[in-house]
Amino acid sequence: MTEESAGWVEPAPDGAAFLRARGQWTIARSGAIERHLARMDGMPPGDMSVDLSGIARLDTAGAWLLFRLIARLRAEGRQIEVTGVRDAHRPLIEIVARIHADGPKGGHTERVGPFAWLEGLGRGLFDALDHGKQLLNFHGMVTIVFLRTLLDPRRLRPKALVTQIEITGLNALPIVGLLSFLIGVVLAYLMSDQLTQFGAEVYTVNLLGLSITREIGVLLTAIMIAGRSGSAFTAQIGTMKVTEEIDAMGTLGLDPIEVLVIPRVLALMLTLPILTIWSDVAGILGGAVMTMVALDLTPARFLSQLKEAIDLGDVLVGLVKAPVHAYIIAMVGCYEGLRVRRTAESVGRQTTLSVVESIFLVIVATAAFAILFSVLGI
Amino acid sequence: MAVHDAPAAPIRAADGDGMTDPVIRIEGLRTQFGAQVIHDDLDLDVYRGEVLGVVGGSGSGKSVLLREIVGLQRPTAGRIDLLGQDVWAIGARGRRALNTRAGVLFQDGALFSSLTVAENIQVGMREHLDLAPRLMDELAALKIAMVGLPPDAGEKLPSELSGGMRKRAGLARALALDPEIVFLDEPTAGLDPIGAARFDELIASLQGSLGLTVFMVTHDLDSLATVCDRIAALVDKQVRVATMAEHMKDDHPWLKEYFHGPRARAIGGAGA
Repeated sequence: MTEESAGWVEPAPDGAAFLRARGQWTIARSGAIERHLARMDGMPPGDMSVDLSGIARLDTAGAWLLFRLIARLRAEGRQIEVTGVRDAHRPLIEIVARIHADGPKGGHTERVGPFAWLEGLGRGLFDALDHGKQLLNFHGMVTIVFLRTLLDPRRLRPKALVTQIEITGLNALPIVGLLSFLIGVVLAYLMSDQLTQFGAEVYTVNLLGLSITREIGVLLTAIMIAGRSGSAFTAQIGTMKVTEEIDAMGTLGLDPIEVLVIPRVLALMLTLPILTIWSDVAGILGGAVMTMVALDLTPARFLSQLKEAIDLGDVLVGLVKAPVHAYIIAMVGCYEGLRVRRTAESVGRQTTLSVVESIFLVIVATAAFAILFSVLGI
Repeated sequence: MAVHDAPAAPIRAADGDGMTDPVIRIEGLRTQFGAQVIHDDLDLDVYRGEVLGVVGGSGSGKSVLLREIVGLQRPTAGRIDLLGQDVWAIGARGRRALNTRAGVLFQDGALFSSLTVAENIQVGMREHLDLAPRLMDELAALKIAMVGLPPDAGEKLPSELSGGMRKRAGLARALALDPEIVFLDEPTAGLDPIGAARFDELIASLQGSLGLTVFMVTHDLDSLATVCDRIAALVDKQVRVATMAEHMKDDHPWLKEYFHGPRARAIGGAGA
């Protein structure tokens, strides 16, 4: 659209002490109007009258721009007389004038100093520390509630526990099995490829068995479960927070930690070790298939080599980590769910946070175990 | 880009003086979900500058009607003209242009929760217009003041506002592009009587000063009595439009129940 159709002001033919506003003063044209008004600097001094009778259309944005113009002219020390206001425009001009008189001037209050990043860094650090403290707090709270329920096992809620075991454990078997199998295939392929160069291809089985049982099986399972069940915990509890169900529990004398958190934590601590064994088996199976194809190993040869390579201790080194990972995932998932505030948006944010945080903590725990085992010489 | 320049000359011509000019014209509307018929051969005209209240029992299709007019839900059959253009025949681009001339206030405000109130108001301006940031800030502040929110509300997130303030902020966003018509979905639901009365006043005063046409789905009998020029009642899959006084004389059982029930009597006794 051309700017001609937009509103404009022009000096009246009889002299500069008289301005006429014309055209369309609407929000669609207000960009053009503003640019036009900006070019109109340096009008001759002296009192003026502004005639609005030539305005074809006016809306609040146009009325605002008119007011800004008049305010600017007044600020230059002139007396301004406004004439020719149409009846149809009068209420609009009055409402803008009233608000203008109250003087609300928007505008951002942005704090962007040269060291804003430093402030952000410090803030982030303190937030993270505070977050860790609260997570520890939550750990204490859950422990107390758990001990209390042990004294009164009726409160363990077997039904909720079994449901959670089904959802987090049984239903996760296909995906965990499939992914572990595929990872086993990939690992065996990589290892056999490298070891063949030394003529040590049979050690593929040793390497595969050790890495899957000690590290990869449990870590892979924990990461998958963090994405699958940890996020679900946060979303479920978070949604209940949004709909005030958690508050309703409180008023009915139910403890949300006892009802929601304990069954989830216990269920995951029971299922994750089982899923880990399942993942170990599937991963080694995948590796076995690959070694058979790539190295022409017979199943019997594979098994005898595997038996030589790993013993029960290796499997236990992997398995002992599973309950710890499960505890981390379930606790973070529930904690982030309870931190949801009463908006739908925060459910999504806390869920993302829950997955990132639990995977981070699981890997930290894995590293801690690795150090511990090396110190203990296991 | 001047989106207001869609070829809609006959409507543009009227400048606040034409009460006879329909801004919404619905003809032969039919809405059906599976076997369930919601609207059947429904006709409705809404005129420029009027406040139309829409009432009806639960499931009578009030909100569905609103969604069909603003282009969110396709009717089964029939024609809906909004500001002289067939909503369901103009295509996506035409509808976008049309949407800048109509504002919608959803039930709980439907504010974008990750944006501040001022940014919410500016969303439409950023999308459709080329305005200087300072002017957008000033316009947002103007709208915030117009709907009666305190000046500092602009920097707040929707989650930091009360329900009533969210509705006002939603109204400010609906008014951001200076629409010719606003659609309000239960604007006073969930507000206390004082808040609801203030909201009614606000709608009436904005309607008067901006020359708006208002299409309001409501159950609030006070709103119906104080701000609505005409009332459209959805009964028997069709619509009956009349003033409050005329509806009171109607013999239809639902209308009788609605306008002569205990709540209506309370208002009639206290007010009129």
